Amino acid sequence: MASETAALHGENTNPSWSGGTEPFKISYGKLMMWYFLLSDAFTFAGFLIAYGALRFSMPSWPVPDFVFSSLPGGIHHKPLIFVTIMTFVLLASSFTMVRAVQEGQKNNKNGVVKWMLLTIVGGLMFLGCQAWEWTTLMGAEHMTIKTNPFGTHTEAGVYLEDGHDVKKGDTFHAGQSYLIHQHDGHFQHLSYKVTEGPDAGKTKQLEFGPKAFGALFFFITGFHGFHVLSGVVFLLIICLNSASGLYEKRNNKYEMVEKIGLYWHFVDLVWVFVFLLFYLL
Amino acid sequence: MGHSYEESKKIATKTIIILAIITIAEVFFALTGKGYVIPGFHMPHWLIGGVMIVMSIVKAYLIIYEFMHMKYEVPALVKTVLVPTLLLVWAIIAFTAEGSYWQNNRARAKNLTSAATHMDGDHK
Repeated sequence: MASETAALHGENTNPSWSGGTEPFKISYGKLMMWYFLLSDAFTFAGFLIAYGALRFSMPSWPVPDFVFSSLPGGIHHKPLIFVTIMTFVLLASSFTMVRAVQEGQKNNKNGVVKWMLLTIVGGLMFLGCQAWEWTTLMGAEHMTIKTNPFGTHTEAGVYLEDGHDVKKGDTFHAGQSYLIHQHDGHFQHLSYKVTEGPDAGKTKQLEFGPKAFGALFFFITGFHGFHVLSGVVFLLIICLNSASGLYEKRNNKYEMVEKIGLYWHFVDLVWVFVFLLFYLL
Repeated sequence: MGHSYEESKKIATKTIIILAIITIAEVFFALTGKGYVIPGFHMPHWLIGGVMIVMSIVKAYLIIYEFMHMKYEVPALVKTVLVPTLLLVWAIIAFTAEGSYWQNNRARAKNLTSAATHMDGDHK
């Protein structure tokens, strides 16, 4: 039939054009997962472009080692340790996901379920860490999408009054970060005297840091966290389906597990860049 | 996928160990460069940034090629996914440069304004 039509039109009889072949040698579902992830990468890139452009358009930006330096249990001034733990949790869950896919290739149902459950635990641990981080930033440090109490000094000076963690007479230099603490529900904008530069001798008050910082932080880590959350939900559904023997019946080497695996690794991949831009640079 | 079960298990374990080592190296390098490890020792900002970006790209390569099995897909599929992604990376870098341009412009405008006010003062 196909060759007849081709013969009628005098075209070549290349079987690639008669349907039923996979040019990319990949199933439809997996191919579409790749393209979904590509479109998702565009959304994340939109966020990261906004972050890059806004951050470098500001004369000062909160220093991440100062902003993200608390750990559960009242530990402070330990830069990057908590986010490193979060990164390891996500990496470990990526590894357990790879193992689940490999067990699927071997049609080992119990193996798939076991490794997927471990992946779910990893995802939930990551979400727990993120919940703690957000709670600290919003509850204890009063950062919101509109207010950013974290700032960085652009000139050297000396404090003229006592604050939460500084005393009158304490000095600071340009590039050092500060947090404006709340006292009785009000932000305390401490006054200080500039000691260097063209404004030397003037008295100024601490000002809020770049407003965009809070909004970018909550939207980017929030969007990523939402991906982790929906990933956990999908993992749970697919884990239950595996356990019930649904994919065994389909007899396609647990392709569904492979597809959710692609998604889960993508979430890990995005975190690599969020970790780089927000916490390391 | 060309590999036996035992082989792929080994590759996965090796990959996760390399990823973990790179992550630790990244954090250690960032903290050393910013003067937290050796008191008084700092590295220039471009060096810290450059090394971090290279290490992150290596991590991304390992995740995409080993964990997501991009290594075993046909070249045409690899291109349809990776070419747009690389353009996005270029866009991020380009807009970062654009951001510094805005900052310089603002600083210049501010200097011009303050220079103008000084001149006004001189006339009076």
